Formats: sequence, structure tokens, C-alpha cells
Amino acid sequence: MNGSVTTAQRGGQKKSAPGRTERAARAKRRLTSPWASAIAITIGLLWSVPTFGLLVTSFRGSTKDISSTGWWEAFKFSNWDDFSLEHYQTVLSGAGTSNLADYFINSVVMTLPAVIIPIFLALLAAYAFAWIPFRGSNILFVGIFALQVVPIQVAMVPLLTQYVKLGLNASFWVLWLSHAMFGLPLAIFLLHNFMKDIPRSLVEAARVDGAGHVTIFFRVILPLMVPAIASFGIFQFLWVWNDLLVALAFGGNTPDLAPITARLSDMAGSLGNRWHLLSAGAFVSMIVPVAVFLGLQRYFVRGLLAGSVKG
Amino acid sequence: MKRSVGRAVMAASLGLALAGAMAACADSDDKASKDPSGNGAKVDCGPYQKYGDLKGKSISVYTTFVDTEGASYEASFKDFTECTGAEIKYEGSKSLTADVLGRIEAGAIADVVAFPQPGLLRQAIATGKVLEAPADVATNVDKYWTQSWRDYGSVDGKLYAAPLGASVKSLVWYSPTAFASAGYQVPETWDDLLKLTATITSDGLAKPWCAGIADGEATGWVATDWVEDMVLRAAGPEAYDQWVEHTIAFNDPKIVDSLKEMSKVLRDDKNVNAGIGDIQSIAATTWMDAGTPILDGQCYLHRQASFYGGNFTDAGAKVAEDGDVWAFYLPSSDPSSKPILGGGDFVAAFADRPEVVAFQTYLSSPEWANAKAKATEGGGWTTANNGLDKANLKSAVDQLAYGLLADPSAEFRFDGSDLMPAVVGSDAFWKEMTAYFAENKAEQAVADAIEAAWPKD
Repeated sequence: MNGSVTTAQRGGQKKSAPGRTERAARAKRRLTSPWASAIAITIGLLWSVPTFGLLVTSFRGSTKDISSTGWWEAFKFSNWDDFSLEHYQTVLSGAGTSNLADYFINSVVMTLPAVIIPIFLALLAAYAFAWIPFRGSNILFVGIFALQVVPIQVAMVPLLTQYVKLGLNASFWVLWLSHAMFGLPLAIFLLHNFMKDIPRSLVEAARVDGAGHVTIFFRVILPLMVPAIASFGIFQFLWVWNDLLVALAFGGNTPDLAPITARLSDMAGSLGNRWHLLSAGAFVSMIVPVAVFLGLQRYFVRGLLAGSVKG
Repeated sequence: MKRSVGRAVMAASLGLALAGAMAACADSDDKASKDPSGNGAKVDCGPYQKYGDLKGKSISVYTTFVDTEGASYEASFKDFTECTGAEIKYEGSKSLTADVLGRIEAGAIADVVAFPQPGLLRQAIATGKVLEAPADVATNVDKYWTQSWRDYGSVDGKLYAAPLGASVKSLVWYSPTAFASAGYQVPETWDDLLKLTATITSDGLAKPWCAGIADGEATGWVATDWVEDMVLRAAGPEAYDQWVEHTIAFNDPKIVDSLKEMSKVLRDDKNVNAGIGDIQSIAATTWMDAGTPILDGQCYLHRQASFYGGNFTDAGAKVAEDGDVWAFYLPSSDPSSKPILGGGDFVAAFADRPEVVAFQTYLSSPEWANAKAKATEGGGWTTANNGLDKANLKSAVDQLAYGLLADPSAEFRFDGSDLMPAVVGSDAFWKEMTAYFAENKAEQAVADAIEAAWPKD
């Protein structure tokens, strides 16, 4: 794994190794105290209670019971035969001509390019900002950083106008481009700060060996960037997968384009009278993000610290 | 490195497998439920000939109706598609009211849009992008709708949008069996209704009224409907129009008196909140749950619109005159006048291609109204189009509502909060009515606060 390589290299760079281990030991001592663990576990449990309640509710058959009694009532022996998969069946079968699978596939088609495009562009931009000195790079970087402040809602109508002029309207391009645009400022900022932490000596050594920018980027930088890429990937994935606003504003709520979140919001009906389906729907749409998160979580914590703490 | 790639592949294949499983599962359901109307009968294309041959053309439609409601709209266009060959691209979104103006501005608007509020329609017309209704549509509207409906779709006398669906809000739900066993009669006047309320209270079987106005961020709209109904009855339709157009102030004595009339019913501990709690609980109870105590015999009266019938059906009750639950017209003080509060949607067009004009004309015709009635499986839809054959409506309460709408002696008035400026109609009015229940705020103070929120121009 590249993680150990990075630590070793960084350890040798600025700080002396003994200082680091001492600090690490102190941190370990503090963090592993039984009290801290007990508090962490308690908070974790409290945090999970509503989600667990939602899970229990999604298996309760009777709508009347759901609206009049708490989810814990479902565990009473007299209510045991109330457990059913009925809501899941309704959710998966969809309504009318559409079914949930269409929306699920839309979500996948929307999400993958919307994650890959900003990572690809941001890596190139971050490399330029970190390793290619040019005039005005600082001002440009501050400008990009500041773009994170612009609320999406402000950009919607002008963007949509441009899409219509370009003839891109009502296609996946609109969604991919919008998500890429909204994701880029954070992506560039995060990847740049991570990239800057790569020891200069490493890049210079490669240059001495005759490597150009392209070789340095692919052979030296990219392998070291994997944790940062993965962590931004998770960020962007969760944001795009859970997005409803951008999808509805640019793509519209048609079975051709709308993601699973749009279906979920419609599921309760025009007047909200089938709200009991929402708990089951929420769990169905949660499967993929949870799988992605669990699969990539090792990178997440490491990547979160990217740019914020300098070794 | 290798391992993480392996995991990513695993996650991706898991996702795909899941999608596949869902597709398979949904496919099997599709086969079972193909052709929900179940009529394999040949469509009579006679009435559709006037629209001509529209093969290869497509028309986009944008409405607020989603899920099963949306599906019933799509099903209602089937005959049109079959006979003319035009494809209808349907889009329903609950966020229409929020994003339609932005879409108009950006030029990304559908050919035909169904506006759920005349106020929003006016705002759209003000952009100059809404096209005036074609002559055939105007002819249909004149023929099949009353003048007040035409007026709600017009600006400065020019018709822009034809009415589509309609709902009746002046209804009181009750249980016919509970009424029969206690010997109560359906009241004919407002005073009778107050007397009935007093009788139920003194009989002590249960509190008479149940109510609830909570609805997430839209909490309060149910109470505004109550107020509108009371203004129509206590102050009269003329004062109602002045009130909505703000030629009389919101804190005019007539309006405050109407609020006080409403307090006689809803702000008396003896009358509310049957089967739920005290007066304050009205503000916290969701409108969806507020009427169900009727089914348990814990509540006798619940004022709510015709579309609430679906909620009783979902709860397993039979909605019929001889069933578990039924509704009567909220009576006025004088039986000779019959004001009806209701809502509806209006169809405006943003394109004038021949197929769009044909489709727009079709939507204003009795053929579509009947097709829609037949396509609405569980009921919950009606219209004020008098070309509709009542027998085609699937639910008894829809027929009742249609009967009220078609009654020539009835004076129809559109939901006033939908006509008022948004800062009042969907903000101050909602919030102050919530305070009216939650904080027991005085009628005069409520009216003053809403008047203060009215935009000055």
C-alpha cells in the first residue's frame, strides 16, 4: 500500500522522526482511554437510533399503526405478524409505465461521469497550480477557492439559458456538466492542497532523471494521490447520488433522465398521502451510497485531513 | 493499490447486479399490470378526426401530478395518441410551482403547462411568453365552463389558459352510520350546523369536530381554506372577491367577524379536537391524519376537500352515501345562496405548432374530460367541464363534487390564498393561522398581522 510509503517519505522530510512518534503515542494514549471509547460508542448508538427506527418502520405493514404508534411498538409480541415486505414490493414495482430500475440506472448513468469529469479536470488544474509556476496563479487559485461560496441556486437560471442556447437541454450532458461545474472548486482546492504536500525533492529528483510534466504527473504524482482522489470521489459521489435539486432543475422529472431521488420524492404521491412508502424507498436508495462508502472508507478519513493538517 | 481496485470493481458490480435484480423484478410486475385500464376495446376515433393526422409529432406536457396521479394523466392521453399519432411527453413534478418561472425565463419550458394556481398563471402571463388561447379552445371554454372559470384563466379579458381539473373544498366529512345511530340530520344551514355541533357536545358521545392543519413547510393552508369558506358564508361572495383583490383590507371588520364565526366551532374546547387532543393540537396534527378519527367513531365532523376521499379509501373505508364515510356541502347561512370554494388547474401553451394547438383543444374538450375520468382508477379527480358524463367518474365523492360544480345555482370561488400575493397567500396567512391555533392569537391580531404583510405598491 502506498500509505506507508507516504508516511516514511514525509517523516524524513521536515520533522524529526522521534518528535512524531512521541506525539502519536500521546494521541493514542488519549484516544484509547476507556472513557473516550464509551462516549464515542454512546454517541454512535444515539446517532443510529433514528435510522434504526426508520428501518423497523419500513417493515411495518399497517399504515394506521405507523401513524399512531412509535416504531418500538412493532416489537410487542402482539404486533409481530404485522411485519411485512409489502412496502418494499410497492416501492420496487413503481407506478404506471415507469419502474424503479429505470431511475436506478439513470442515477448510475448520471453519477459516474459526474464524478469522473471533475476529478480528471481538477487533477490537471491542481498539478498546474502546485508544480507549474506561472504569473497570477495565486490570484487565480483564490478566485477558484472563492467560487465555492456561490450558491448553486443563483447559477441555475443563467446556466439553463446557456444550455438551451447550446441545444444541450434535456440530455445527460446537462447533468454531467452541471455537477462537474459545481464540484470543481472544491475538487481543485482539495487535490491542490494534497498535491502541494508531496515533497518537492521527489518531483525534482524525477526532473533530474529527465522526466517531463506528463511523466511526473502519471508516474510520480498520480500514485501518491490515490487517497485524495478516493476521498473526493466519495464526496462527489454522495452529493451527486443524493442530489434532487440539480437533476430536477436541469434534467426535469422524466423517466428518461430523472434519478432515483426524484422517484423517491414522487413516491409519496401528489398530496403526500402515501408517505408510508418513504421509509422503504429511502433504504432502497441508500444501498449504493452505503456500499461505496464502506468500500472506500479507509481513504475517507485520511483524505479528509488532506490540506488541513500539514505533516 | 490492487486491493482497492478490486474493491471498486466489486462495488460497481454489486450496484449493477442490484440494478439487474430490480429490473427483473419490475419487469415481472410490468407484465402483470400492463394496460391498467384493462380495456382492450377499440377506440372510437370519430371525435379525434378534427385534430388531423399528427404522426411523428410530439408535444411536451408539464404538470404537478406525479406517481399514480401522473399515471392517470398519461393514461388519459392514450386515445389521443392512438387516433392522431402524436406522442405526448409527460413530465410531472411537485416542484413545478418553484421552478416554472425559471424555466420560462431560460426558454426550457414544455409546450403545454398545467398551472395549479391562477396567481402563478398570472405571473407566467406577465413574462409575455404565454400564448393567447387558440380560437377553438376559447369556443370550448365558453361552451363547457362557467364565466367565473373563464375569468380565472384570463388577463384583461383575454383567455390564456383553459381550466383542466377541479376540486371542491366546501365539504364536511361525516359517518352516515354514526349519524343514523345518534339520530342526527345533515344540516341545511350554517345555524343548523352550529345547533348540530351543540347537540353532539351535549350528548357527550364525543367531541364533534376534528381538524389538523400541519403539512410540513406548508403548515396552515388547511386553516386558510376554513377562513375562505367562512368569509364566503359570513361576508358573502362579493366581499370575498374584494378581500382577495385587496380592495377591502384583510383586517376589515367583515373578515374579522368571519374569523370569529369560525372560532365558534374551532376554538371551543368543547368542540375540538375530537379523538386527537386540545385546540393547540390542531396546529400540530397533519391534515392527512386529521379526519381519520371519524372512522373510529371518535369524531363526527371534518371539513376537508373532495380529494380527501382517497385518504379514507386508503384507510380501508367505503366512501359512499351508505358507506362508512360520506360528505355534505358546508351549508351557508341562507340556503338560497350556495357559495362553493374550490381549486383547479389551468392549461397554458408556450408554443403554437399545429399539434400543440390540437392537443390544447383536446384538453378543453368533453372527450378528454371523459377519458380522464375513466382513467382515474381510484377516483380523486373531477372537473368543472359540463360536458363530462357524471357516470364516468369512478368514485362517489367525485360525483358529489362534480354535482356541486355543475349546479347552476352555485357560486364558485377559487381558493383565495392561491390568488393572493405569495408573501400573503403562502406565507403570512399560513403562519398567522397556525398562531391562531397554536398560541390562541386573537382574531383581530391575526388579521392585523396579515394585513401588515400585504405588499405595498
